[in-house]
Amino acid sequence: MSLDIQKIRNDFPILNQQVYNKPLIYFDNAATTQKPQVVIDEELKIYSHENSNIHRGVHYLSEQLTQRYEDARKVVRKFINAKHDYEVIFTSGTTESINTIAFSFGEKYISEGDEIIISTLEHHANIVPWQMLCERKKAILKVIPINDKGELLLDEYQKLISPKTKIVAVNQVSNALGTVNDVKKLIDIAHQQNIPVLIDGAQSIQHGNVDVQELDCDFFVFSGHKIYGPNGIGVIYGKEKWLNEMPPFMTGGEMIKKVTFEKTTFNELPFKFEAGTPNYVGAIGLVAAINYIQDIGLENIAVYEKELLDYATKKLESIDGLRIIGTAQKKVSVISFVLNNIHHYDAGMVIDKMGIAVRTGHHCAEPLMDRFNIEGTIRASFSFYNTKEEIDKLYEALLTVKQMFS
Amino acid sequence: MTLNEQQDEIIEEFSVFDDWMDKYNYLIELSKDLSVIDPKYKTQEYLIEGCQSKVWLFAEMDGDVVKFSADSDAIITKGIAALLVRVLSGQKPADILNNELYFIDKIGLQQNLSPTRSNGLLAMVKQMKLYAMAYNASR
Repeated sequence: MSLDIQKIRNDFPILNQQVYNKPLIYFDNAATTQKPQVVIDEELKIYSHENSNIHRGVHYLSEQLTQRYEDARKVVRKFINAKHDYEVIFTSGTTESINTIAFSFGEKYISEGDEIIISTLEHHANIVPWQMLCERKKAILKVIPINDKGELLLDEYQKLISPKTKIVAVNQVSNALGTVNDVKKLIDIAHQQNIPVLIDGAQSIQHGNVDVQELDCDFFVFSGHKIYGPNGIGVIYGKEKWLNEMPPFMTGGEMIKKVTFEKTTFNELPFKFEAGTPNYVGAIGLVAAINYIQDIGLENIAVYEKELLDYATKKLESIDGLRIIGTAQKKVSVISFVLNNIHHYDAGMVIDKMGIAVRTGHHCAEPLMDRFNIEGTIRASFSFYNTKEEIDKLYEALLTVKQMFS
Repeated sequence: MTLNEQQDEIIEEFSVFDDWMDKYNYLIELSKDLSVIDPKYKTQEYLIEGCQSKVWLFAEMDGDVVKFSADSDAIITKGIAALLVRVLSGQKPADILNNELYFIDKIGLQQNLSPTRSNGLLAMVKQMKLYAMAYNASR
């Protein structure tokens, strides 16, 4: 089925505006996605008519909204095909999700001399929490190398695995390059040695179907705002057996069973990991976003985004002096590139004034930039509401940049 | 020229541009005029590292005024650095400390000095004032 892009664009009010007197072209979707009207309406409706703190209230509003929050958990469970509702934990986003797991898993299972495997492709959010854990526990961080296309080297990965390896944490899609990793294979290899695997799905969840049972990952994390949902809502999926064993990360209200000044006992899953008032508005808004993209169809989205990626790759490659960083066989609709020796900041400043939103810099992946021996890139990331005409505009903007700085 | 006369002159120069591209092209021109830092000072010690671009800044006293020189790896940043050097270099430490920098705002480049932009320029201004403060104190 081909998508009616004009109709889709009308669902996103933000797209219909001018910046610097030019039509806005939004190519920063890997940083955050825009929100369809249904998501905006849902949040507005909750604050206008339904708001109340959930779970402990015995009054009408609280009971109604508690039900909707718990229903949201079910929708997410179904969306990623988790086995149980209580394996879905709401957080503020991917960063909190990974920090929670790194802390809790680390408290329980990591001790001196143990090893943790991540990859060169990781976002700082999937590096630093493990680094801090390693410092705390005197454990060792090992990093899966990549080839020049930006693909993980599976042979090297296999060599890194040792009897000391306690967990593997990798992204399904690289935020900076768009590489799609064969996480199924990574998980299978780790599981042969009974090593659990965390998949950072922040950049994959919006581009295709995710089935955590089929992947058999032990943890899967993502953010609502990258999948057309609200800001400040995220998810941890974790297998029950791990979540039950792991101690809570944050403590406070909601997550306790009984508190005395002598001792506190913790609530059961999923509440053990949801201390304090959860972001119920975000969780319910996320449902609106999931419903919206499921109506369009993630398969249809993937097909159209691939079309945009292929079109843009061809177009940009035709610019003399432009070098794409990250040329993996399998990519999502993200293109990172450098242009001659023009500084990415200079390029970004000029592209911005043409009404085009791209991201420049190291994309919170400094070790990855070091691997390619560059300071940063210009990154254009496309969504299903973008068009080929917009890509043409980026192409023209890049020609102008080239002319100005050479 | 006093510090504020320099600022006013820059505002006057920029007033002819109504297009961003013209403004940027002018900054690119200015970047070429910057009294570039002596290569021996283009080191870690004089580096002001931003998240987006890097700036190097060197200062020395020349009689009773401060002389600044700078460089950047990004051209637009370098153009703005050139403006800052033009305004503050050759001024007395007390004047650098006591005068407000208003020209950046007036020529519409204030985004480039916002704390979140992290291109090294805000830190550069801070560093220029610190040098002035140190020279002022040692007099």
